[in-house]
Amino acid sequence: MSALDFTRRDFFGLTGAGLFVFLQGEALTGQEPARLPTRPQGPTDLNAFLKIGADGRVTCLAGKVELGQGAMTELPQCLAEELDVPLASIDVILGDTDLCPYDMGTFGSMCTPLLVPAMRRAGAEARAVLIEMAAERLHLPAASLQAKAGSISEIAKPGNRVTYGQLVEGKRIERHLANVPVKTVAQFQVMGRSAARKDAMDKVTGGAQYAGDLVLPGMLHAAILRPPAHGATLKTADTSAAEKLSGVQVVREGSMIAMLHQRPDLAREALAKVKAAFEMPPEGPDDQSIFEHIVKTAPPLRPTGESGDVAAGEKASATITEHTYLNSYVAHAPIETHSATAQWEAGKMTVWVSSQAPFQVKNAVMAALALPAEKVRIISRYVGGGFGGKTEGDQAVEAARLSKLTGKPVQVVWNRQEEFFFDRFRPAAVMKIRSGVTTAGKIALWDAQVYGAGEREASPFYEIPHKRSTWAGGWQGGNPPGMNPFAVGAWRAPSVNSNTFARESHMDVMAAKAGIDPVQFRLDNLTHARVRRVLETAAKQFGWKAGRAPSGRGMGVACGIYSNACNATMVEIAVDRSSGHVQVKRVVMALDVGVVVNPDGLRQQAEGCIMMGLGYSLTEEIQFRNGQVLDTNFGSYHIPRFSWLPKIELHFVDNPDTAALGAGEPPIITLGGALANAIYDAVGARVLQLPMTPDRVKAALPKA
Amino acid sequence: MERTISFRLNGKPTSVTTDDERMLLWVLRSDLSLTGSKFGCGEGLCGACTVIVGQQAVRSCITPVKDVAGKAVMTIEGLGQSGLHAVQQAFIAHSAFQCGFCTPGMLLTACALLLKSPHPTREQISAHMEDNLCRCGAHPRILDAIQEVAATAKGGE
Repeated sequence: MSALDFTRRDFFGLTGAGLFVFLQGEALTGQEPARLPTRPQGPTDLNAFLKIGADGRVTCLAGKVELGQGAMTELPQCLAEELDVPLASIDVILGDTDLCPYDMGTFGSMCTPLLVPAMRRAGAEARAVLIEMAAERLHLPAASLQAKAGSISEIAKPGNRVTYGQLVEGKRIERHLANVPVKTVAQFQVMGRSAARKDAMDKVTGGAQYAGDLVLPGMLHAAILRPPAHGATLKTADTSAAEKLSGVQVVREGSMIAMLHQRPDLAREALAKVKAAFEMPPEGPDDQSIFEHIVKTAPPLRPTGESGDVAAGEKASATITEHTYLNSYVAHAPIETHSATAQWEAGKMTVWVSSQAPFQVKNAVMAALALPAEKVRIISRYVGGGFGGKTEGDQAVEAARLSKLTGKPVQVVWNRQEEFFFDRFRPAAVMKIRSGVTTAGKIALWDAQVYGAGEREASPFYEIPHKRSTWAGGWQGGNPPGMNPFAVGAWRAPSVNSNTFARESHMDVMAAKAGIDPVQFRLDNLTHARVRRVLETAAKQFGWKAGRAPSGRGMGVACGIYSNACNATMVEIAVDRSSGHVQVKRVVMALDVGVVVNPDGLRQQAEGCIMMGLGYSLTEEIQFRNGQVLDTNFGSYHIPRFSWLPKIELHFVDNPDTAALGAGEPPIITLGGALANAIYDAVGARVLQLPMTPDRVKAALPKA
Repeated sequence: MERTISFRLNGKPTSVTTDDERMLLWVLRSDLSLTGSKFGCGEGLCGACTVIVGQQAVRSCITPVKDVAGKAVMTIEGLGQSGLHAVQQAFIAHSAFQCGFCTPGMLLTACALLLKSPHPTREQISAHMEDNLCRCGAHPRILDAIQEVAATAKGGE
C-alpha cells in the first residue's frame, strides 16, 4: 500500500471533501489489464474505495455493478467491519466511471475474491489513519484509543471521544499507512453475518432506476433497423412511409438506420413501416447440424491436462467406456433487455447503461465516437440481471452515436427479439470421452476431446493416472470464423457447465458399468480433500443410500469445482415415462466457498443458480437456422418458473482457512450432471445431450 | 384514434390525450414518466409490466390504454404510497428479489391474488405466480414472502 498521485480534480468536485483511501493496483492485479486504453497510465491513478464525509457518513466506491448478486450489500459489509461503523451509515456508489476505481467487469465470480480484500484493506487503513488523527487531536498515544461505531475514544475514559466526521470535517485528507492488518475471522462482527440488502427499498417501491428508466428533457427513443439473420447485409431501405408519421426523426449513419420518437412505442411503429431488403447469408448450420459443424470447424485440439500414458491406461483398464456429450446454445435472457440512455452535453458523453462492465463500455464509446477518456462517463447503477451477457455495451454505443448526431438525449431499449438475436450465447459444445476402469474400480484412463465449450474444468479433478484432456474453441473468442454462426460469450460459469455435465455423467456411466454406487465410485477415485468433504457432506444431508443405478429412485449426484470453489449436489426427481417430463423434487447442495461474507447473500446466489441450472439442464436451447435466431421471445424459449421450484437444502462447509471465494457461479455447475444421473437412476435413460427435454428423455428410454 | 382517456392512476384522476390503441405500459412509462412498470417481453409473456386495473392484475404491455378509460389503475408507484404494503415488507424481510427488475410485476401480481383470495395456500400462490418470470431465481423467497402475508389477516388489505 502506498500513496498515489491523484490527478482527477473532478473527482473531488463530484464527491466533496473528506477522507479518501487510495489503494495501489497491486492488490487487484486481476482487475488491472494494462492493455485497456481506459488506463493508459497503468495502475497508478484513481483508486479510491471509500470516502468519509464531515457528516460521518461513509461512501463506498467500487467499479463493480449491482446485478442482483448483492455487491451493493457485501462490499459495504467489509468496510463496516474494518472501519468500525454501522452498516447503515455507508452509502454505495457502484459502476460510475467518473467516481469509482477502475474495474474490468462484474463477472467470473471475482467480486468477492478481489474486492473483498481491497475493501477490507481500505477500511482498515482508514481506521488506522483516523486513530492517528485522533491521537494528535486528543494528545494521547494511539495505543490508548479505540474505534467504535464511527467514533474514537480513550479506552480508559470513553467520554473523551471524537467522531470520524469531526476528524475529517471540512478538510481534504490524504494520508497513508503501510501494512495495516485487517481483522481475523474470529473478530468479525459484521462480516460472516447475514446483512439486509441495501437495494431493498429501491426495488420494492419501483424507485430503483435502471438504464431504461431515465426520463430526460427532450429525450428521444430509438428503434433501430435490424437484419433478419446474422450475416445478412442491407441492400435497400425505404423509410419514406415512416418519415410521414408525426414526430418521427429518421437517422441514417453508415449502416445504422434508426427511427427516433419522443415515445418508445411510436418509434417502433415507425420502424415497422420501413421497407428493407436484405441479402441473406449463404446456408449455414442449424441447431441439429451444429455439433458436426463445430467438430469440423474447430481449431486444432490443445492439451489441458496430461499425465501418464493413455496406451498404458488402456492396458490397465478392464472396461472401456466411450460417449459423446452435447450441449446446445443457451441465452442469458435477463428480464431487463439491453438498455442505454445517452446524453451529449457540453462536449461530454454520459451514458447510463445496463452493463456488467462500465469501464469496457467506456472504451467502446470512446472508440466509436473518437472521444478522449475524460469526455466519456458511463454509469451502471442498477442492472436487471446479467449472467455474463451484459459485458459488451453495443446498445450504449448505439445510444451515444444517436445522441451525438441529434444533440438530444437518446434512449435505446432492445426488445426481446433483439435481446435474443444479439445475445452472445453460451456456445454449443461436443465433449468426447473415452475412459477405462480397472477391476478394482479405479479409473485408469481418461482420453477426452472438448470442442466449443472452452478449457475450464475440461481436465477432471479425479485421480487418474493416465489422462489426456484436450480442448478446441470456446466462449472467450479466438474461434475460427464461422465455427459459431453468431457471437458466443460467457454464460454463468462459462465452459464449466458443459464440462461438468459431461464429466459427471461419464462418472456415473462408469460406475454403473462397474456395478459400484456412484458416490462410492467418486470417493474411490478422489483425493481432492475439499471436494471429498462437500461430497460427504451432501451425501449425509441428503441421506444418500448406496445402490446401483438405475435404482428407480430418481436420485443423482454430481461434483464440481469452479474458481477454487467446491460443490457437491444431490437431486431427487420424478420422470413421467409417457411424456418424458422431469420434475425436480429436491436439491441438496454442499458448497465450500471459503470464508463466507454474507451467508444469506450466498444462499440467494445458490438458490438462483439452482433455478437457472434447471433451465439449461431441462429446456433451454436456442433454435436457429442459416443465421436466423428462431427464438424471439419467452413463448418458445422456456426459462424456469415457479412450478419448477424444488425443495432446496444448502450446506456451507466451514472453511475459515480459505479466503472468501465468489459464489455467483459455482452453485450452477452441477445441475446438468446431477439431473442426467437422476434421470438414469429413475428410468434407465442415459441422456447425453443438454437440455434433457421430454423428447430426449423418451428417446433415451431403454426399449422394452 | 387520438382522444383523451381519463382514469384514476394510483388514486389520482389522470388524463392523457393520445392514440387510444397505444399500450398502457408506454403511456405509463413515457407519457406519464412512471417507470416502475417494466418492459420485459412486449407480448404479455413475462409479467414485468403487470399493473392492477380495478382488482385484476393485467399485463400493461398488451393492454390498450382505451381499456382503462374510467377505471382505477395501480402501479408499483402507487402500492404502499402511504407506508409500505404488507407484501412489500415481506419481500424486504425475505430478500425476495435479486436484480429487482421483475419485482414490481411480482408484487402487483401477488397483491391481486390477495385481493381476490386473502389466504391462499402455497400451491395456489405458486400457480398464480406461474407466468411471472424471474431469471435470478428468487422464486423460493417470493413464495415465502407471499405465503407469510397470506398467513396473516393483512392479506387482502
